[in-house]
Amino acid sequence: MTAPSLTLPRTVEEPPLLAPAAPADYLHGGGVRSWLLTRDHKRIAVMFLGATSLSLLLGGILALLLRVELLTPGPTIMSAGAYNRSFTMHGIVMVFMFMIPAIPTVFGNFLLPLMLGARDVAFPRLNLASFYVYLLGSAITLTSLVAGGADMGWTFYVPYSTTSPSAVANVAFGVFVLGLSSVMTGINFIVTVHTMRTAGLSWHRLPLFVWSLYGTSIIQVLATPVLGMSLLLVAADRLFGIGIFDPALGGDPLLFQHLFWFYSHPAVYIMILPAMGVISEVVCVYSRNPPASYRAIAYSSLGIALVGFLTWGHHLFVAGMSLFDGAVFGVLSMFVAVFSAIKVFTWTATLRRGSVSFETPMLYFFWFMFLFAFGGMTGVAVATSSLDIHWHDTYFVVAHFHFIMVGGTLTAYLAALHYWFPKFFGRRYNERWATIASVTVFVGFVLTFVPQFLLGNAGMPRRYYAYPPEFQWLNVLSTGGASILAAGMLLTLVELGYALAAGPRTERNPWGSRSYEWLSASPPPTENFENELVIARGPYDYHLPE
Amino acid sequence: MEGHFESVERKAEAAHLGMWLFLASEVLLFGALFAVYSGCRVEFGADFVVASSHNSIAIGTTNTFVLVTSSLCAALAVHGARSGHLRRAAALLGVTVLFGLAFLVLKGVEYGEHFQSGIFPGSHYHYAELPTHGANAFFTLYYLMTALHGLHVTGGMLALGVVGHRAWRGGYSAERHLPLELSVLYWHLVDVIWLFLWPLLYLMH
Repeated sequence: MTAPSLTLPRTVEEPPLLAPAAPADYLHGGGVRSWLLTRDHKRIAVMFLGATSLSLLLGGILALLLRVELLTPGPTIMSAGAYNRSFTMHGIVMVFMFMIPAIPTVFGNFLLPLMLGARDVAFPRLNLASFYVYLLGSAITLTSLVAGGADMGWTFYVPYSTTSPSAVANVAFGVFVLGLSSVMTGINFIVTVHTMRTAGLSWHRLPLFVWSLYGTSIIQVLATPVLGMSLLLVAADRLFGIGIFDPALGGDPLLFQHLFWFYSHPAVYIMILPAMGVISEVVCVYSRNPPASYRAIAYSSLGIALVGFLTWGHHLFVAGMSLFDGAVFGVLSMFVAVFSAIKVFTWTATLRRGSVSFETPMLYFFWFMFLFAFGGMTGVAVATSSLDIHWHDTYFVVAHFHFIMVGGTLTAYLAALHYWFPKFFGRRYNERWATIASVTVFVGFVLTFVPQFLLGNAGMPRRYYAYPPEFQWLNVLSTGGASILAAGMLLTLVELGYALAAGPRTERNPWGSRSYEWLSASPPPTENFENELVIARGPYDYHLPE
Repeated sequence: MEGHFESVERKAEAAHLGMWLFLASEVLLFGALFAVYSGCRVEFGADFVVASSHNSIAIGTTNTFVLVTSSLCAALAVHGARSGHLRRAAALLGVTVLFGLAFLVLKGVEYGEHFQSGIFPGSHYHYAELPTHGANAFFTLYYLMTALHGLHVTGGMLALGVVGHRAWRGGYSAERHLPLELSVLYWHLVDVIWLFLWPLLYLMH
């Protein structure tokens, strides 16, 4: 749906810079049909880039509408019902159509085979299928808009979701199908890492982004089916009154919460682990240093992936859980913070004695570190059950998860977009404009969510349409921040759009990275590498000449 | 035929690993239902005991034998394919599919008996002898689990039918019959899931 527009102007008669008589790159050749039916992981990645960007745009517009509504204590631009439908759709679109798929399907698809020295992923047809299943799932989800919207929140909590008169079932089916796409990607990536590594590429020579994709894929394969089944049961409860969750029919709503969070808490790590992988790559390149500890970063990804399965109970502290269970889930949740802190300290130590430069991706690294550390520490706070009782279902929690999950994923996504832009399209973005956009995004983000921490602590519940007048100044600040954030995103869109159309051509490895994906041309030819790659060094060997 | 893989062995390894991962995700799909079952059983223990004793052990156990035997046939078919007896493999797969059909027929008979006594899922349940919420929940889960399993049986039969047909037509050789191996692997999963459903729905009382 978006692919053709991305093969924008590229003058053929332009003089070749560094690769004379290079074979045609993957962006050229064939018409629309060859894009739509492609099995080339790079083209599929570019199509996913278009599709997930549209999702981000849609979710962002909904967020802005919500913030405008909250400018005044009473009604501003929409009814309470429309407000409920808007925040539901904002959450659903952002979580299931952008944050979960974005980095794996765009950057994972494009880079994983290149980083492994492979020709493609293990199952190219399955890869293309996952794209269409994604589109199908998105389409089914969005039919709820035509059907009058859905208003149960992205968490589908029973009994409201089984009794709400809105189009809950459409969204449940849509998310189920999106989950299928996610499982397909996960299986493909795990098998690719196991079987497609080129000669000399041992596990401990894998770029850290590959490790993070591997951990993510494990979670996708094992957790997504549980969510899929839970949502089907919600839909069945609505359609056939099967009464598994609906208390009016003798069902147990708490059971739903357990099943939902068994997936949806690990889903947070589906979102953040690939982001951590991006950050690991970026910090090494722009400090021209190997990671302070390769193994610490690689294994802590797996640690997060595994412990992430054992923390779901911390969403249920006030829903009816024994003190003992609460304590166990609280402590297990804090283990995730230990693994995350290992990463944060390792990234920081990587800067030491490095030759740090401040290109746009590196700016995003610093924004990521701030948001992730802040969001992580508030995460430990809400994992403490006594504190959580105060903050539960308030804007404090909203601000917390936006900081860590959205802040972390979005900054890493933008870092990746800029860092690998030359790899994807063979062109450079304008550093000055990208810097301005990056600072704007960060300022806007912080200004949006810091007031929400304060609002939550002062007692403003999440998802409320109206609020007492004394909360207004903080809400106005937050809306102002959201506007700045939107301006920053828009600027990024314009700046990258311009670079795509008219940015200067790039050399093969503009950042001087040692990672393997830069060993192929930029943009890569369809077959990735002209000759089979033999790896004789690590991906961060900055002490060796390139 | 290896596509972008470096060797046939690599391709087979990748396909097997992919299938195993898919099976793992299938186990988790059923896992959600097993979790719901456990939750409800803790809540309505006594009702579950009474309700499950209403299911016919004879039909359930016969179906277990039917499926296990079918899995044996499928395994023998793989053995035949590996040693180059493709026709024999195809015939064994045909037998496997017939066993699958027998399983579904028995299941259908059982559903029919339930429907006659008013045992329907969810709010349509009106079985006078067991009017409890717990019995209702048990039979709802019974329908959900067996229907999902039945869908998997049907899918497996289709897959085995396709590869069996191709084996009969000479589409495979002793070295190259990957789809056959993978379909049989899937069939074994269908069988194994039933081995867990059988005690949960028929024996545990």
